[in-house]
Amino acid sequence: MSPTQTRDAIALEGVRHIAVVGGGPAAHRLVEALISRGPADTRISLFTEEALPPYDRVGLSKRFEDPQDDLLLGDPVLWESPKVTLRTATPVTALDPEAKTITTTPAADQGGSGESTVISFDEVVLATGSTAPAPPIEGSEEIAVYRTLDDVDWLTQRVEELREELGRTPHCAVIGGGLLGLEAAGGLKGRGATVTIVHSRDYLMNAQLDEGGGRTLNRLLAKEGYDLHLGERPSALSVNGAGSFRCTLNFSETSDVSADLIVAAIGITARDELGRSAGLETDPRGGIVIDQTCATSAPNVWAIGEVANYEGICMGLVAPANAMAEVVADRLLGGEASFDGFDTAAKLKLAGMDVASFGDTFGHTEGALEVVYADAVGGIYQKLVVTDDASTLLGGVFVGDATPYSSLRPLLGRELPAEPGAFLSASGGDVDMDLPDDAEVCSCKAVCAGHIREAVKGETTGEPITDMGGLKKCTTVGTQCGSCVPLAKKTMEKEMLMQGMEVSKAMCEHFEHSRAELFEVVQATQLTSFTEIVDRFGSPADSSVNFGCDICKPAVASMLAALHDEYILDSGRGALQDTNDRALANMQRNGTYSVMPRIPAGEITPDKLSVIAEVAKEFGLYTKISAAQRIDLFGARLEQLPKIWMRLVDAGFESGQAYGKALRNVKSCVGTTWCRYGLQDSVAMGIRLENRYKGLRSPHKMKFGVSGCARECAEARGKDAGVIATPEGWNLYVGGNGGATPVHAQLLAKDLDDETLIKYMDRYLMYYIRTADRLQRTARWMEELPGGVDHVYDVVVKDTLGIAEDLEAAMAEHVDRYEDEWAATLKDPEKLRRFRSFINAPEAPDTDLKYVVERDQVRPAFEEEKQAAEAGEGPVLLGPVIPVRPDADVDPPDGEDESMIDEDLELVGAPAEGWKAGAP
Amino acid sequence: MWGEAALVDGAQIALVRLSDERLFALDHWDPVAKANVMARGIVGSKGETPTLASPIHKQVYSLVTGECLSEEGPALRTYEVRVEDGNLEVKA
Repeated sequence: MSPTQTRDAIALEGVRHIAVVGGGPAAHRLVEALISRGPADTRISLFTEEALPPYDRVGLSKRFEDPQDDLLLGDPVLWESPKVTLRTATPVTALDPEAKTITTTPAADQGGSGESTVISFDEVVLATGSTAPAPPIEGSEEIAVYRTLDDVDWLTQRVEELREELGRTPHCAVIGGGLLGLEAAGGLKGRGATVTIVHSRDYLMNAQLDEGGGRTLNRLLAKEGYDLHLGERPSALSVNGAGSFRCTLNFSETSDVSADLIVAAIGITARDELGRSAGLETDPRGGIVIDQTCATSAPNVWAIGEVANYEGICMGLVAPANAMAEVVADRLLGGEASFDGFDTAAKLKLAGMDVASFGDTFGHTEGALEVVYADAVGGIYQKLVVTDDASTLLGGVFVGDATPYSSLRPLLGRELPAEPGAFLSASGGDVDMDLPDDAEVCSCKAVCAGHIREAVKGETTGEPITDMGGLKKCTTVGTQCGSCVPLAKKTMEKEMLMQGMEVSKAMCEHFEHSRAELFEVVQATQLTSFTEIVDRFGSPADSSVNFGCDICKPAVASMLAALHDEYILDSGRGALQDTNDRALANMQRNGTYSVMPRIPAGEITPDKLSVIAEVAKEFGLYTKISAAQRIDLFGARLEQLPKIWMRLVDAGFESGQAYGKALRNVKSCVGTTWCRYGLQDSVAMGIRLENRYKGLRSPHKMKFGVSGCARECAEARGKDAGVIATPEGWNLYVGGNGGATPVHAQLLAKDLDDETLIKYMDRYLMYYIRTADRLQRTARWMEELPGGVDHVYDVVVKDTLGIAEDLEAAMAEHVDRYEDEWAATLKDPEKLRRFRSFINAPEAPDTDLKYVVERDQVRPAFEEEKQAAEAGEGPVLLGPVIPVRPDADVDPPDGEDESMIDEDLELVGAPAEGWKAGAP
Repeated sequence: MWGEAALVDGAQIALVRLSDERLFALDHWDPVAKANVMARGIVGSKGETPTLASPIHKQVYSLVTGECLSEEGPALRTYEVRVEDGNLEVKA
C-alpha cells in the first residue's frame, strides 16, 4: 500500500524554511546558533526519530548515576520560539535534493499516523549522527550497545535483573577500550557489576593516547578493579547452557572471557542512508562527504556531526560537531565561515580517572619534540608535544593528573609563555599566563578568552560580570562538559584585576579575608573571641572602632562554634550571633519566634506528639508541619521561649537548630522498618546521621536525606548530603539542594558500609566547613572548587591532601562536645535573662502584636488589617496571647533589678525633670 | 555590645551600650518590618560610625543619628540618654 502523501501545509510565502534532520547535540547546536542570531523571515523545523528533544549524548554516563537525569540540552525555551518547530518521534525517510523536499513517516506505534508527509525546504541540514555497531562476529545479536538514553536505561535495568536472577554480582564484558567503552564500563561498575574490558590493542584509548599514556591508564584501571583483556578482538560469542555465565567471548589466541552481559562500544557507523539514497556523495567507509563549509555534493544540502565525512573521517566527538553546526549556521545566514581542522581534544569522565589529550598527541608533526613526565608509582603520565624549537604547543597527553589540560588546550598551536616542562605537574604545573583574546577557553561552547573579558567589562550584558554563576549564564562557558571552569574563573578574575575591580574574597569591610582564610587563621591562632580576632586580623585591626557587622559577626561565631563546640552564646559570643541563633529560635515577620524541636529523621512517638500539641494549645501557637518533616510552632514571644522549652526538654526534645547555620534535618523514608521495597534501614541511618551532626555549625544551613532504595522517596539527591540504599550498602551523593537554584547531588562513593559512610561524611562535612565561603552552600562550594566533585573525591575518598585523619578528629570532637543548646540555656539563669521582653519589665508582652484568626489558627495581622481595624472597618484583631495557665513550673528569669547592659545601671527611679525612666 | 528593649512610659525603646561605655537609645520599632525588634539586631560599625542592623531585613542604621545607612529608607528616631545616680534615663 502506498502511503498517503500530503504537502506540508505550513509553508509560508516569503519565509525561508530550514529543515534539520536528526536530534543530537549537533542539531541542537545548529538551531541554538541560528536562533541566537535572530534570523528574519526564517522558520526552522527539527525532525528527530527519538521521542525526546535533543539531549546530551556526551554526558550519557551521567544517566547511569541518575536514572532521572534527562540530559536535555540547553534551555527548553528554545523549543517555544515561534520560529522553531520541534518534531519528536518523526523519522525522515526520504530526501529529494532536486525537488527540495523531505518525507517524514512517523511510526504508528509511537503515536504517529504511520502516514508519510512530504515537506518542502529551502535548506536542509543532515545531522543524523551514527549508530553503535556490534562487532561482526557469530552470536553478535547477544551484544548490547551504548549509544542512547534507552540503551543506558536498558543496561541499568538488566544489571538489576541479573542480580536478582543470579543472586550474585553480575559480571559484564565491554568490548572496546576507547572513550565510550570506558564510559560504559564505568557506568556498569557504578551500577554494582564487575567488568572486564576487552580491547584489541595492547593499551586503552589508543586513538587519543600514546603508548606511555595508554599503559599508565591500563594500570590505573586495573587498580580500580577492572579486569583487562587486551591485544585481541573476539572471534565469536557463544551462549552457554546452564553454566555459571550466560555468554562466553571466544578469542583465537588468548583465553576466553565469560560474562552475564556483553556490551560493545567499538566505534561509530555513520547514519548516511538518507544521503546515500538521495544520491549525495558518500565515503566508501561511511559518511556524507562535506567540504570546509559543511556543504554536501548537492546544493542547499548540508551535513554536520558524526554523519559528516571530512577528508575521509567521521568525527565522533562533540567539539567538531559543534564547530560544524556553527559553520552552517553562519553560512545559512550569509556568512563566510569555514573550518580548517578539528579540535580532537578528549577528556574522559570516569570517577577517579583523570585522562585527557589534545592536538598532535603522537608527535606526527615534522620535527616535533616531546616533553614527558612519567611516574609509574604514582600513576601519572604527562606529555607535551612542541615544535622543534620548543616554542609552540602542538598537543598533549595527561593520564592520572589532567590538571594542566584545561589551561593548555586553548594554547594549542600558539607560543607557550614558558618552558614546556614548567606546565607539567612535577614542576607545579601552574604557570600564570595571559591567553590571547581568540584562544578558546571552552571548546564545547566555543567561548574564547576575549568573550570572558568582554563579559567582565560589561560589554555583553551592560553589567560587569564578576562571578562564575553570572559568567556561565552570560557566555555559556563551562556549561557543557565543565572541564574549562577553573580556567574560565582564572581568566575572569584576571580581567577583573585589569579593570581595577577588586577580586575581593573579603567577607565585608571589617575583614580582608575570605571565610576560608579567616577560618584558617582563627584555627591556627586559637583565638576565641571576636575582639581578639578583630585586633589581630580586622580591617582596621582595632576593636575599639571596628565592631564588625551583621555579616562577619555571625560568620566568626559560626567558626568559633565549629572549632570549639562550646555553648554558642558563651564567652561573649552571644552578641555575635545572628538574631535567630541568639534567641535559639527563628524570628518571624512580627518579631515573634517559631519553635522547632528536633525530630530525628522524622520519627516521633504519639506521646511526644501530644506534648507538642499541649504546648501549642497552652501558648496559643500556630502549628504547621514544616517543609523539612518537622513540626513548627509559631508566635512565641521572646520571654515565652524558656517556658515553652522547659516543657519540651522535659519531654525529651532537643533543639532542632532551625535557627542556625547548621544541620537542619535528615529527611528519611521509612525503609526496611515498614516498606516492602526497602533495602536498608533508612530510618536508623537517618537518626544516626542526625544525632551525629546535630548542632554542627557550618557556612550555610545543611539538609541531608536518606532513602531506603533507589525509588528515592526521601529526595536525598536534593540535599547537601544524600544517602541512598543499594543492595550492598549505601551510595553517598554530595552537593545537592532545593531552594531557589535546585541542584542534584553528585555521586561521591558507592556501596559503602555504615562505618565507611560515616567516615566519608565526617571528612566531607568538615572539609566544607573549613573551606567554604560565608553562606556558600555545598553545591556552590563544589562548583567553585577547582576540580569540583573530583577534587572532593580526591580529598574525601583518596585522601590526597593527607588531611582525612585531621578532619575525622575534628568531627569526633564535635560529637563528643555536643550539648543541647536549650537544655544548657535552661540550666543557667544567666543565659535565661536574655529572654526578657523588656529590661525593666521582663515579662511584659509586646502589646503592638495583633493577630487574625484564619483556618482556626492565629497569624500576625497585616498592616492593612491593622489600619482597617483602627478605622473600625476590619476584622477584630487579637492582641498577644497570654497563656491560660500561669507559669508555675518556671521561675521568671532573675533579672528584674539588674540591667543586662550594665550591672551598675538600673532602669527605675525618679527621673529628673524632662527625662523619663521606664517603670515596671 | 548587646541591645536591650525598655518600656519607657509605655514607649518601646532600644538601648545599646558599646564596649567604650557609649550609650544609645533609639526606636525599638523597625519601620520597614513594622515590628518591635530593633534591640535584637546586631551592633556593628560602618567606618567610624557605630551601627545597628535590623534583625528582620538587615537594614543598617547609624546608632548616632538613626539614619538608614544601607539603603534609602526611613530613619530611626534617636533619644538622648544618660545615667543619673545609677539610673538610666531617656529624654522624652
